[in-house]
Amino acid sequence: MILAAETNESLAQMSNTLVYSSMAVYTLAFLAHIAEWVFGSRSKVGRTAAALTQPAAAAAKVTVQVKGAGGTTVLDRPKVVTRAAAGARDVPDGPGAAGGTVKGDLYGRIAISLTVLAFALEAVGVVTRAISVQRAPWGNMYEFSTTFSTVAVGTYLGFLLAKKNVRWIGLPLVTTVLLDLGVATTWLYTESDQLVPALDSYWLWIHVSTAIFCGAVFYLGAVATLLYLFRDSYENKLANGGEPGSFARSVLERLPSAASLDKFSYRVNAAVFPLWTFTIIAGAIWAGDAWGRYWGWDAKEVWSFITWVGYAAYLHARATAGWKGRKAAYIALIAFGCFLFNYYGVNIFVSSKHSYAGV
Amino acid sequence: MSKTDTTDTTDAPDASSAPGDEAAGADLSTAPKEETLGGPTLGVVGWVRWFWRQLTSMRVALILLFLLSLGAVPGSLIPQSSADEMKVADFKKAHEALTPLYEKLQLFDVYSSVWFSAIYILLFVSLIGCIVPRTWQFVGQLRGLPPGAPKRLTRLPAYTTWRTEAAPEEVHEAALAVLKGRRFRARTAGDAVAAEKGYLREAGNLLFHLALIVMLVAFAWGQLFKSEGGKLVVEGDGFSNTLTQYDDFKSGSQFAVDELEPFNFTLDSFTGTYEKSGPQRGTPRTFEAAVTYTQGDGADKKAVIRVNEPLKLGDSKVYLIAHGYAPVVTVKDRQGKVVFNGAVPLLPIDNNITSTGAIKVMDGYRDKNGDKEQLGFKAFFVPTFAGAGKGSMFSQFPALDFPVMALTGYHGSLRVDSGLPQNVYQLDTSKMTQFKVDGGTGVAQRMVPGETMTLPDGAGSITFEKDIKEWASFQVSQQPGNGLALSGAVAAIAGLTGSLFIQRRRIWVRAVRGEDGTTVVEMAGLGRSESAKLPEELADLAVALTAQAPQAPEPAEAEAEASEGVEK
Ligand code: HEM
Repeated sequence: MILAAETNESLAQMSNTLVYSSMAVYTLAFLAHIAEWVFGSRSKVGRTAAALTQPAAAAAKVTVQVKGAGGTTVLDRPKVVTRAAAGARDVPDGPGAAGGTVKGDLYGRIAISLTVLAFALEAVGVVTRAISVQRAPWGNMYEFSTTFSTVAVGTYLGFLLAKKNVRWIGLPLVTTVLLDLGVATTWLYTESDQLVPALDSYWLWIHVSTAIFCGAVFYLGAVATLLYLFRDSYENKLANGGEPGSFARSVLERLPSAASLDKFSYRVNAAVFPLWTFTIIAGAIWAGDAWGRYWGWDAKEVWSFITWVGYAAYLHARATAGWKGRKAAYIALIAFGCFLFNYYGVNIFVSSKHSYAGV
Repeated sequence: MSKTDTTDTTDAPDASSAPGDEAAGADLSTAPKEETLGGPTLGVVGWVRWFWRQLTSMRVALILLFLLSLGAVPGSLIPQSSADEMKVADFKKAHEALTPLYEKLQLFDVYSSVWFSAIYILLFVSLIGCIVPRTWQFVGQLRGLPPGAPKRLTRLPAYTTWRTEAAPEEVHEAALAVLKGRRFRARTAGDAVAAEKGYLREAGNLLFHLALIVMLVAFAWGQLFKSEGGKLVVEGDGFSNTLTQYDDFKSGSQFAVDELEPFNFTLDSFTGTYEKSGPQRGTPRTFEAAVTYTQGDGADKKAVIRVNEPLKLGDSKVYLIAHGYAPVVTVKDRQGKVVFNGAVPLLPIDNNITSTGAIKVMDGYRDKNGDKEQLGFKAFFVPTFAGAGKGSMFSQFPALDFPVMALTGYHGSLRVDSGLPQNVYQLDTSKMTQFKVDGGTGVAQRMVPGETMTLPDGAGSITFEKDIKEWASFQVSQQPGNGLALSGAVAAIAGLTGSLFIQRRRIWVRAVRGEDGTTVVEMAGLGRSESAKLPEELADLAVALTAQAPQAPEPAEAEAEASEGVEK
């Protein structure tokens, strides 16, 4: 018995070490990303302005279709011309943080390699923590936070692996992951331990894992939405013949076009919305088992509901004339703010049936 | 990056203005058309129609969604009487100035308040007003045919073209076959084939919104017909499901008492274990209530009720809610006759189950003059005592490691007949006097199990028996409509998934004989929303079609022109 407890303690110790190491590596990745942006600032492409001042040039973008058998029969592959929907600004994506410079690109690649390493360390840290307590590693806020950032980074790396254009998210992501881990290790830290009986249910696996996953993806969506707002005003300024500041010219110019950012955030938000709906329903079923009612307007339930309605409003706004674009983006950010409040605010400040041991 | 599309230099940003193009995207969804905010036409009917049109517009639906989430906020920050009456009372005491205003605004009952109900009822009226016409429209679309090709396919979001030696009719036929093979609804219209796919998106969207209504109905149904009662049971005691046996009972307005499920159960034992060491010492690890139950006239069965595992008995569920200790005491009078013997459940006041309560001897006791009198004891109990002289009397650990009980004795009238409802855990000492030694200091004693406290003047004794029982409190809930709510929820997720992941899109294939005698094939696609998949799908279709309509070898000049047109 005592022996087992000791192994568990050393595993928990190991988990802590891994999480701290991953923070160190994330810090290096952060610096490498900074270097990427700094070196990238030397390129002066300015293609957004060009596209906006010569509208005709923006009309067509070419995608070469690569699907199909063989791959050598290039002649047979049709070339598909795509264009923006009617009325949308058609601006090419920026070159990315590296700005097309070789040095910037090198640092960018280093940053991603470091992120992969840090992700692996953190993921193993989360798993060892789970093994040390022999349960899902989601019993308190420290564990939620570490899993949360692991999933967010994992999703980002998954996008990269699928060859999606998401490298621009690297710097903001790594920055917030460091913040999240910093808060987790200093303020939210709880020794690894067993679950209180109220949490001991297989619904924990279902409900909490989907909640964390939704949070991580909503987070990526929120970053894209925020950047969209900046980039959109930059493009607006250019289109109206304004003269953006040098920071905007350098940094925003390298981001994907507002249309691409908007599309990205819509896709991720829309894709997890059904899962978020499921999370709430799974939580309701669990509450039905644990407390004898599936819905009781507990603070946590209320804020999950508000978040859900917020994202529903966002999806609606995108289908409502006069609400597309910036207004819809604000709604998405408010909805994500509600998600965050539900996590930090409700757990810490509001008394709720969802208060667990050690925050 | 991108070169000018030489075939189409004039029409760059505004693609929908060309005649014939609008129909191409028409009815790709059933979303209501946004109308400009024109004032109502005169007359009552005009006003009603105007109001209805506003209410069922997307804009108002959006505003109502906003209001709904905004309206839900105060209920999470202000204590709600539906959740915790005590907290509401505390809040009212602490904020006397605010209370009248809050009460007027129904802020202690947000989720059943008039204004909150108004928001969601309006939203759901709007929803119904939106779904019904959309459903008809959708049925119409299912019966109809995909619209013909717009004049200039080059303006559509995805476009490709090539020349082939196959005749236009052959291309059309091949295109029909390919598209139908991929489950498009396709037809030939004029010089082009028109096809559409992804109707499930709309169906899913309608299903989702319909499911929301089902869920609301289920929720309302549950509120009207539910019942919920609490009962505290000491180990060895039983409960049978009738109204009189409950400690407290709440039910919806439509609930009838004869709907209570007939069953009874006995609490055989309660087991609680706690973390023994470490920073979380004292944190509960298991709570288990072992019961023997009977349903109707059935046989006895055994079951274990845990925190997340209620016992299901017909339509009812029995939940384990709380637990505590019930020390057994024996009270004797001056002759040594037992006037009270039993387990007295005490209420925990902290996580280590420091408990308080009252022992009431109602009848059977006579004082030294032989007159009837009642006895009362204030009890303060700790399952794990810190040790004499070590700090406070509060419990150090929730398990029965070193149980100690302190008793203070009173005699007089318990005022149980005063007409006021009495709290069984509190002693009303207004008509009682404390036992005192020679009229001096009051009698109070800290006892360990097995110890007896003798009351002064030969007034009798009270014994803290060695056997300490535990109690568990149960909630018995009956909530009809759960199954309906769950079906609604499942349908909502299914519908939503269809609505968000299925793309409704149209494809047109036009083949016309060109000036050089070969056939020019043009293919274009249009989706409900922009999607990366549309160009891919278009290319896939084009690849499939080139099997029947292979690319003709390009004449030298034509090649240059074509590549200028479509390539970077
Ligand atoms: C209970 C409140 C409501 C909720 C939670 C809700 C939720 C949603 C969600 C999540 C979508 C996204 C699906 C998609 O983007 O395809 C959607 C779409 C839609 N909703 Fe609602 N809705 C509600 C009420 C209404 C009402 C009252 C109307 C009528 C005006 C309405 C009309 C629509 C329409 C037309 C769409 C499709 C938009 C499109 O085709 O993209 N909804 N709704």
